[in-house]
Amino acid sequence: MPEKTLLNSSDIERALVRVAHEILERNKGAVNIVFVGIKTRGVPLAQRLAAIIRSMEQVDIPVGSLDITLYRDDVSSLSFKHVVQQTYVPFDITNKHLILVDDVFYTGRSIRAALDALIDLGRPETIQLAVLIDRGHRELPIRADFVGKNIPTARNEEIKVCLSEVDAVDKVTVMRTEGGNNELK
Amino acid sequence: MSLSESRPGTATRETLPGPSIDFWKHRHVLDLDDFSREETDLVFEIAEGMVEILDRDVKKVPTLRGKTIATMFFEPSTRTRASFELAAKYLGADTISLDATRSSVAKGESLIDSLRTLQALEVDAIIMRHPCSGAPYIAARSLDTSIINAGDGCHAHPSQGLLDIFTMKQQLGDLKDRKVVIVGDIMHSRVARSNIWGTRHYGMKLVLCAPPTLIPHGLPEMLEKYSLNHVTIEHNLDSAIENADIIMSLRLQKERQQSGLISSLREYIQGYQINMSRLAGAKPDVLVMHPGPMNEGTEISPDVAYGTRSLIEQQVTNGVAVRMALLYLIAGGKNR
Repeated sequence: MPEKTLLNSSDIERALVRVAHEILERNKGAVNIVFVGIKTRGVPLAQRLAAIIRSMEQVDIPVGSLDITLYRDDVSSLSFKHVVQQTYVPFDITNKHLILVDDVFYTGRSIRAALDALIDLGRPETIQLAVLIDRGHRELPIRADFVGKNIPTARNEEIKVCLSEVDAVDKVTVMRTEGGNNELK
Repeated sequence: MSLSESRPGTATRETLPGPSIDFWKHRHVLDLDDFSREETDLVFEIAEGMVEILDRDVKKVPTLRGKTIATMFFEPSTRTRASFELAAKYLGADTISLDATRSSVAKGESLIDSLRTLQALEVDAIIMRHPCSGAPYIAARSLDTSIINAGDGCHAHPSQGLLDIFTMKQQLGDLKDRKVVIVGDIMHSRVARSNIWGTRHYGMKLVLCAPPTLIPHGLPEMLEKYSLNHVTIEHNLDSAIENADIIMSLRLQKERQQSGLISSLREYIQGYQINMSRLAGAKPDVLVMHPGPMNEGTEISPDVAYGTRSLIEQQVTNGVAVRMALLYLIAGGKNR
């Protein structure tokens, strides 16, 4: 199956604007909110959400970035190693409403790792999850609070999020892969 | 540009946050002569991430949970051993430390038998220090367990070399065309040897400064044989430190001076001690390093060691971060 584009740049923008509104609605404004993006593509998404809220509410929301490599549940079973990148959360998250941002929500294992990583940094009042794409197939009892777009997928399909900050272009595509993605198992 | 930026993100997003490393092939860390630029940079990039953990209130991540790291030291050590053990603990591993003088070695057990016992106990990596050059190589040949050399005789001390270069890069950024002087007992220094190999990738100048008797025989030939063109030898300290960005002072290994390599301690101090009046002849922003342990008043004066130009404390902190990176790369992931 060739690559099929599901969302283009303006679709992504519209989804993020709606998510930003929902975040403000749920938290009754932008007071005490902080964003933490999961590396790599959760970080630019968090920055975009912060920019949208800034234009609506005239408040600057701090944005941090989280590397979850050291918290993965498969470090000892993967044959490949992964580069550990820097976590940069230069503000106190304790007693804040922390919005965790990621691009694709799939098995839930990344989020599990991110929750462990966040708890080591402080004790937020709440942690809420915002994702651009929810593709289903959860393996853990974790759900998202804010979803840009629900895209039901088969396991052997691959969702690819490209963001201009990282990939020079904004788009979300789906592609069927041979025999599924074994690395997730 | 960091390594992670230079490689495109992977398509299957949830499999990983960072790019995967397929070029890391080391099962052991014995010396830096077999470390490529790419591998050295990788250690530094991961160490950057580890520095952040050392700043946290809760200095613990679960990465190596369930792994066991053993330290086996046949020579005294404070910082290297403590540094490795803390690094392992911060990554969530369990550690056991064997003091050779109190273990079965004292009853006559051979090196290899001691290490085989550790292997049979299924430790995931052995960090060893030994007074004989090459001992970790014998261990690595005889065992399946990963060996990390924490110093072997006068030969190599790779984790120290890495933390030294990491500290230099942290201070100076790009090391290209920078000048670093290592002064002191080059002859007996495994730290100097590992720094010679480790710095060869960075386009910098490395000056080794010592009295002729403390420069190892055959060093110029070795430098030529392996095209280590970035290294020069200088006997006069004042001309060596001219325009230097960093001066690294080495401990005068008094326990190895019985054979009369220096005429007197006083003369050595006069010629090679790093002190304030000596630094007056160097650049005003020159930085000073020392791998420790220090003989204050011999190779370095206390006012320099604890002064504003000193990086000695940063070296100790960075040592933990760099060793965490090494342990992550060696003991993380599936055993091959």
